[in-house]
Amino acid sequence: MTRKQKKMLWRILISFLLFIAAVLLPTVWLSGPIPLLSAVQDRNGCGAYALARWPLFLIPYLVIGWDVLWKAIRNILNGQVFDENFLMSVATIGALLIGEYPEAVAVMLFYQVGELFQNVAVSRSRQSISALMDIRPDYANVERDGQLVQVDPEEVAVGDVIVIKAGERVPLDGTVLEGTSALDTAALTGESLPRDVEAGDEVISGCVNLSGLLHVRVSKPFGQSTVARILDLVENSSEKKAQAEHFITKFARYYTPAVVFAALALAAVPSLMTGQWGVWVPRALNFLVVSCPCALVISIPLSFFGGIGGASKQGILVKGSNYLEALAQAGIVVFDKTGTLTQGRFSVAAVCPEGMEEGELLELAALAEQFSSHPISRSIVSAWGGVPDQSRAAEVEEIAGHGVRAAIDGRKVLAGNRKLMDREGISVTSGRDCPGTIIHVAVDGRYAGYLAVADQPKETSALALRELKAAGVRRTVMLTGDSQGTAQAVAEGLGLDQFCAQLLPADKVERVEALLEEKRPREKLVFVGDGINDAPVLSRADIGVAMGALGSDAAIEAADIVLMDDDLRKLPVAVRIARKTLAIVRQNVVLALGVKLLVLILSAVGLADMWAAVFADVGVSVLAILNASRMLKAG
Amino acid sequence: MMKKTFKLIDLDCANCAAKMENAIKKIDGVADASVSFMTQKMTVEADDARFDDIMKQIVKACKKVEPDCQIVL
Repeated sequence: MTRKQKKMLWRILISFLLFIAAVLLPTVWLSGPIPLLSAVQDRNGCGAYALARWPLFLIPYLVIGWDVLWKAIRNILNGQVFDENFLMSVATIGALLIGEYPEAVAVMLFYQVGELFQNVAVSRSRQSISALMDIRPDYANVERDGQLVQVDPEEVAVGDVIVIKAGERVPLDGTVLEGTSALDTAALTGESLPRDVEAGDEVISGCVNLSGLLHVRVSKPFGQSTVARILDLVENSSEKKAQAEHFITKFARYYTPAVVFAALALAAVPSLMTGQWGVWVPRALNFLVVSCPCALVISIPLSFFGGIGGASKQGILVKGSNYLEALAQAGIVVFDKTGTLTQGRFSVAAVCPEGMEEGELLELAALAEQFSSHPISRSIVSAWGGVPDQSRAAEVEEIAGHGVRAAIDGRKVLAGNRKLMDREGISVTSGRDCPGTIIHVAVDGRYAGYLAVADQPKETSALALRELKAAGVRRTVMLTGDSQGTAQAVAEGLGLDQFCAQLLPADKVERVEALLEEKRPREKLVFVGDGINDAPVLSRADIGVAMGALGSDAAIEAADIVLMDDDLRKLPVAVRIARKTLAIVRQNVVLALGVKLLVLILSAVGLADMWAAVFADVGVSVLAILNASRMLKAG
Repeated sequence: MMKKTFKLIDLDCANCAAKMENAIKKIDGVADASVSFMTQKMTVEADDARFDDIMKQIVKACKKVEPDCQIVL
């Protein structure tokens, strides 16, 4: 608790004790009349002067309520009429005037208790969210004159060498010069598996160095480092408000004056007709207490804030409440294929030899392809796993658009596409309908089998797609520039609803626009890409999601939601968090409005007293805040 | 146009934050404004040349809505 909150707590306690004392104090008899302070009461059958009750209650009332009264006066002078201080003041002064002293004090007391609780709850959740995002490094170790000194990360220039000890946070982005270690990236990606780094690897600020000592050459100033960008993004996320937030602040602007005028009408109209001012005025005062909009106004941003905080804990950055709100309505999810659903790099999917062992075929192909820098050749060499040996290959000749011809250990090896085989007059006997890219191999003029090279789906893609469906996504679509056959194989393997192949980058925008036409009302279209070359599509979709963004500035810039690592399973998690946030928002709106409306009706017919009214105000705020703080534990 | 973020101290009620935001948006020269109760921050997008002048008006407007709240300039 802050000092201010502690002070409030003391005031509440003192006022409460004075209030109890005032209730329990026996009648104080006076010897004579004192103007205003005395009242005639019956004592042993005859009238006598007693101390009036109101001064006794006025003391705790002022102890607890002076600041509310003061703020009310000040705000009226500033032209702010309908604020809660004013409403509480009018309600309680009204109660005092009609002789409901204990009620007036209790209402003020209860109101302040509620305000204090609200205050503490909000600052608690604010703290726990900032703790979630506590990835800001405090210092960087820089070597100066042979001594290791701690400096502010902002003072470190690009090109400087910093030293990161075990247990320390990486303060700036850079490249490892010396040392090996494991990095904990959990704070950034939500991924608990540590990442190994060695000399030459990039390290990203915000990670924690787990084991070894690292010397790192800084590549970006602090202001542009990953950690600064992420913090900036999350801190600014509350700027983009959700529709629900706009609705509620707008609602509050009309709600309070409306209820106040209703209260005036309720106090005046029936009383003038019946003359029963004592019945209708207290009811109207209840209205004033209920008219405070705070429960609503506070709980909704708190829910969104909690949702965004909970998501960033999982390595999902949401750039605004509005995107979280939209994501909860995700109906169509469109994926880019390469790098999103698939790994974005080629690997050997199948080895199908004819008349030799798999290993032998792979070895021959790898040795023949070892000089080529083509991604397909590289994937074959890495699938083989052996050390390329140039002495075993001779007469290597690359035939553009066809493949390669070489003499491996004296055997004539051809490796390439069908055209190469046709050209050399070798009949291909298998591998016709295989998806991916096929590398046929012939040895000494005889067909020896083929290798299928493909950009393989990520291990988690299929699971992520199933989870998305389970989370309520209606339709999944894949867009790719690849051939029909390759696209079909991936789409069927992963269980996508639809795919569009052979698209140029510009076609993708068109496709997304067509899909936007097809979505149902109140449904949103999500596009997921890796942030490379798909910025136009990311911005065209209702929600652009970039993944694997750790270190990719363009993706962080273009997307609305950023998944910090390569794992597509983060997407269903994000959808679930969004749905949960919206559910809590709806619950809070219904709860707050429902209780307020109920108490208004009951007050109007005289069934609710001021206690119920105070509950409808602060009690409901507290409940709504507690409900919203569930979001902090989102997962 | 210039966009700046300011920290707010003692912004105690969510409704006041909404009211402050409205008041700031009405000031001449302010393109957009956002007051976040949760982060206790205010973002103002306003005319570059008149920014200091506009900020003075913003401080004044905020004082009216919520006199306890301080803007850290």
